[in-house]
Amino acid sequence: MSTAVARRSTLPGFGLTMGLTLTWLSVIILLPLAGLFLKTFELSLDQFWGVITSRRTLSALKVSFGLSFAAACVNLVMGTIIVWALVRYRFPGRRLFDAIVDIPFALPTAVAGVALTQLFAQKGWLGAPLAELGIKVAFTPIGIFVAMIFIGIPFVVRTVQPVLIDLDPEIEEAAASLGATRWHTVFRVILPSLIPALLTGFALAFARAIGEYGSVIFIAGNLPNVSEIAPLLIVIRLSEFRYADATAIAVVMLVASFLIIFLINRLQHWAQARSPVH
Amino acid sequence: MSMQTGVVTSPKQLRSYAPETDVSVASPAPRVETAPSRPVAAQRNLRTEPGPVRFIIITLAVAFLSVFVVLPLVVVFASAFSKGVGAYLAALAEPEALSAIRLTLLVAAISVTLNLVFGVIAAWAISKFDFAGKTLLVTLIDLPFSVSPVISGLVFVLLFGAQGYFGPWLQSHNVQILFAVPGIALATVFVTFPFVARALIPLMQEQGTQEEEAAISLGASGLQTFFRVTLPNIKWGLLYGVLLCNARAMGEFGAVSVVSGHIRGETNTMPLLVEILYNEYQFVSSFAIASLLAMLALITLVVKTILERRLDEGEAVDGD
Repeated sequence: MSTAVARRSTLPGFGLTMGLTLTWLSVIILLPLAGLFLKTFELSLDQFWGVITSRRTLSALKVSFGLSFAAACVNLVMGTIIVWALVRYRFPGRRLFDAIVDIPFALPTAVAGVALTQLFAQKGWLGAPLAELGIKVAFTPIGIFVAMIFIGIPFVVRTVQPVLIDLDPEIEEAAASLGATRWHTVFRVILPSLIPALLTGFALAFARAIGEYGSVIFIAGNLPNVSEIAPLLIVIRLSEFRYADATAIAVVMLVASFLIIFLINRLQHWAQARSPVH
Repeated sequence: MSMQTGVVTSPKQLRSYAPETDVSVASPAPRVETAPSRPVAAQRNLRTEPGPVRFIIITLAVAFLSVFVVLPLVVVFASAFSKGVGAYLAALAEPEALSAIRLTLLVAAISVTLNLVFGVIAAWAISKFDFAGKTLLVTLIDLPFSVSPVISGLVFVLLFGAQGYFGPWLQSHNVQILFAVPGIALATVFVTFPFVARALIPLMQEQGTQEEEAAISLGASGLQTFFRVTLPNIKWGLLYGVLLCNARAMGEFGAVSVVSGHIRGETNTMPLLVEILYNEYQFVSSFAIASLLAMLALITLVVKTILERRLDEGEAVDGD
């Protein structure tokens, strides 16, 4: 990035474009979000605490955060395996499967939701054989878990892929020529250098799953205290005109996702510090 | 205008790279003097795993993607056509379906246009000038990506709902925002806010300001410079941003669901109609609409792949 930006640009339009950017950003994004935080001040601290610690809210938050974490863990492991296969091996259909990874990004969430439900319902293609094994996926927390895995998989793959591609081959060749077994080279040399990217992908998948709505609510069953996710509880409170309650839950979720963004930013700095080449 | 960009060091793009399992051709493995007992084959494949391990990893990856990603997609089309092509087409010809398609196209057109204009303006300010707080500004533009769709809708209910900050004023002036097209468009603009700016900023930063500065010093106006110099350079990136922005705008569910009010034949977009029909057990109709959205996703992916290749080629030409 040697030619990035001139120190004193002679180009016109800075004042105008900057002004428009800030105005539009404020009107569309910042003002509405500020309104959300302002709304919570209508609740006293006791009331806010009461909403957050009510059994139903706590269960919903637990379901959303807990299952998102579990799904992100699955994504971390499976994402690593998928990246490894796509980057390191050649097999028929490799390019196709590489493209397929993006489908959860591109498919509208409602479509994913009804499709997964149909697939895992009692009479579905996968639901029927699973039911014979005594496993019920649709309309249980397992269904939520499955939907969250679906939605999170591209995050890990697409974050780790470029890093694995750019990895200097000499490092592992050196490790191998110094007598390290392949197992050692992979787990002691390659995977450690992927850690920042892996954690970033994990955090992105986790954050996405927490806020996810469309692909989850169809398959979830939405039983209060059992399979009700936090975003759905917000929608329910809104439809009951309990705006302050909805807002309190939203604020908790928003603060959590801001913390995750902050964490991801730190991770990115860490990753950059570790690889002076880029 | 035929100015050289100069040396642009661009990061390697994903797709242009052809990974290899056998590195012996590209870079001969160093001789292993200390371990003469190591078989020759092992030396040649220092960078890969034994055959069975490879087989297991590929099988796991392919099986996982097939079950979790391909099968749901197949289910959409199988369910849509489960009662034949006639039933499928009839479902799409329903007035409710047509009105949902119309509304979705309208909302997408509004939000893509607004975000296109904003994205270009923001990218110009951010990539062509140096100023304090740039990182913060980019983070703020990215913010909608990390806000739950439901919350993206909620914020507008709090602003414009009957109990909202501007609700009473809007009511007394007879302006309908919530449960109408403006609310749906606003929520969609919110969730698709970062796409165009995000596609342009890194591209324009990489291209630098030399070409534009040359144009200005030759007497071109700001707008002339933008349309004659900058725009041709960023056209593929711009298209890329618009493509992703459009896909998300047409497919958005959570945010729109909160602000729409679900008035039949009036404020239901395609994703909302998928939900309503599904909950009414009209599976063929629901999946028929869903299949249109799935096709949109597939087309988006294909065009995205083509555009990524274009962007890579552009960079390859610049780099030489």
